[in-house]
Amino acid sequence: MIPENVVWLILLSPFLSFAVISIVIRPFFNQFRNVSSHLTIASISISLFLSIWFLISVINNDVSIDSYQSQSWISLGILEISIGIISDSLTAIMLIVVTSVSLMVQIYSTSYMENDSGYSRYFAYMSLFTASMIGLIMASNVVQLYAFWELVGLSSYLLIGFWYHKPSAAAAAKKAFIITRFGDFGLLLAILYLFSNGETFAANGLNSLDISDINLAAKTGILASGVVTWVAIGIFAGAIGKSGQFPLHTWLPDAMEGPTPVSALIHAATMVAAGVFLVARFFDLFHSSEAAMTTVAVTGVFTALFAASMGLVMTDIKRVLAYSTISQLGYMMLALGIGAYGPAIFHLFTHAFFKALLFLGSGSVNHATGTFDMRYMGGLRKSMPWTYSTFLIGALSLSGIFPLAGFWSKDEILTHAWSSSMNISTIVYIFALLAVFMTAFYMFRVIFMTFEGDFKGGAQSDPSLNLINPDVHLQESPKAMVVPLLVLGLMSIIGGFLVNPPVNLVVIPEHWLSHFLHADSIKFNFVVAILSSLIAGAGILLAYLIYGQPKLISHSVYRITNPIHRVLINKYFLDEFYESFITTRVIYNSIAKSIDWADRLVIDGIVRQIGLVSRNLGKIIAPIQTGQSQGYGLILSLGTILIIVIYILFK
Amino acid sequence: MNLENFLIVSAAIFAIGLYGTISKRNVITVLMSIELMLNAVNIAAVAFSRYLDPSLISQGTDVTRSALTGQIFSLFIVTVAAAEIALGVAIIITVYRSRETVFITDVNQMRH
Repeated sequence: MIPENVVWLILLSPFLSFAVISIVIRPFFNQFRNVSSHLTIASISISLFLSIWFLISVINNDVSIDSYQSQSWISLGILEISIGIISDSLTAIMLIVVTSVSLMVQIYSTSYMENDSGYSRYFAYMSLFTASMIGLIMASNVVQLYAFWELVGLSSYLLIGFWYHKPSAAAAAKKAFIITRFGDFGLLLAILYLFSNGETFAANGLNSLDISDINLAAKTGILASGVVTWVAIGIFAGAIGKSGQFPLHTWLPDAMEGPTPVSALIHAATMVAAGVFLVARFFDLFHSSEAAMTTVAVTGVFTALFAASMGLVMTDIKRVLAYSTISQLGYMMLALGIGAYGPAIFHLFTHAFFKALLFLGSGSVNHATGTFDMRYMGGLRKSMPWTYSTFLIGALSLSGIFPLAGFWSKDEILTHAWSSSMNISTIVYIFALLAVFMTAFYMFRVIFMTFEGDFKGGAQSDPSLNLINPDVHLQESPKAMVVPLLVLGLMSIIGGFLVNPPVNLVVIPEHWLSHFLHADSIKFNFVVAILSSLIAGAGILLAYLIYGQPKLISHSVYRITNPIHRVLINKYFLDEFYESFITTRVIYNSIAKSIDWADRLVIDGIVRQIGLVSRNLGKIIAPIQTGQSQGYGLILSLGTILIIVIYILFK
Repeated sequence: MNLENFLIVSAAIFAIGLYGTISKRNVITVLMSIELMLNAVNIAAVAFSRYLDPSLISQGTDVTRSALTGQIFSLFIVTVAAAEIALGVAIIITVYRSRETVFITDVNQMRH
């Protein structure tokens, strides 16, 4: 059994690295900046090692959900806010995902960020992010979870705005922070609602803020079904914000302004998956409410399709990947919504690896060409063979091609939707298949535009960059960047089949991950698998016909589909809608104006009235002060006599 | 002779002093009136001490051996009054030098 102190070390190790870099190294030893990256990598390696130990302990049942006693943090009457570790299989799996992807990204960053002046700052933030994410995963109490949830949002803000001198990066950071705040408000309301139901919990010997107690109370019917639904919806609002689900998805594509490894770690593999994790964490709560489950499923499937459609037309490689991430997160949400807990976490697991791989691959491409715009790339296959082959693995895995990791997880979700008895599952299944088609199409559009054909000049011909001396050197990226790509590529190949195999392997039992997560496993269905593979293949074929070499369907299809293309490239005009309607009309013109009015008239008015009263009172009293001291003496004497008279009369 | 006689004298002197303080324009006269009031208080203090000392009344012993509290107080008051007169006259002389007046009604710079 792994001692509790050692589990805490998983969290403390990267946090310590953050503290040391920002307090000691950055102010005093900034010239030894390599120490920052080495410290970060070392601390996350320790976390990864301990996470593996933790996973083994959980597998061997040395550690169970109630192994570690929560410590009391704040006591408020019957309500007790505690702090502790929730040591279940979900924690163990998530810890592995976060620490291993983070480690790969940090190694990659040492090379990618090499010439950046904010090198130490970058690694400090990355350590902080990793620590917060680990804290979020381990939290056993909603208040503790909320604190780390916000810390994760903060580090995301800091890292999106890492190049804060760029106005677009600063704006994107603010946008991400504010839009996710809308969702977090829902989460906060859910927590407060639970808090107000403390008596109900206490009557049954439970703690209203303890996560396993909340799940237990929902499952056993201690909580009224209305309360369960509202709490679940509130929690889901938080998940919508963090996981970029419709309608709060607009921040995620803009978040691509941050450095590419940040996009890989935070906005693809881990933080955006925190929303999915949150729903999974409260799965029993969600499962107790039909309405909440339907909300999750509908939001998920709509987002999956909606985001994928925008991914079809984007020309910025990172934005395509960003929309793909939103779409895949929608997949996980829809899986949770139809009750497929195991497949959702399985997809989260595989997605973390192949999406991080794709982002790091796009960073590698950017390293060589100096641009993210695919229209100025092309032909990189010859000069960057490693990047190309790993990117191809990632794209195939994401498209769900047999036998890569993405195939297995996506297939489980589809099979669940196929065989689920819920009313909406048929619609969910059809929409999910449509999204599979789009995913395959846009991923291979990226492949053909980036790696095939002739090179179109990179940063030199990109007018939006407007560089005086663009850095274009078509060659493979350095080893520190290629090795993480290879490791993640390997995980994208084997991560699916080996972790959750449909049949018994030599040492790995059938559906290991599903059983480990105590979720239902579903039998492999050949019809579903072949159908989804055919549809993905069709998507790839269409991408080849339009963007491949030779171009069999010319770009004139653009002209035919021009109106649709315009809508898609403008992201359904949602940004404009938010900008002109919500921001200007609702927030500026209604809320801000009325608050301004209240501030001017009510608050300022009160202050002004207090001033006026004193002034006017002073004007009335002032003439008494004549400067004639004998007058004062007279009043004084008369007053004294008056007091004496009153005393005698009323004695 | 009993306590009332002393108190009547004291009250009369105090009233005369108060009247002088409030009504006279000349600061010297005002100061003198204040002295009258202080001395009225002295008379009252000594008389009270002589007739109403609680330690003597409770024991019912010889009244001539009082604790002398009021008498000592009146000595202090006399001392303070002397100091006050010295200061007061000094201020009057300074004011007279700069303004050529000893009328209290002319010194009204502290008005609103």
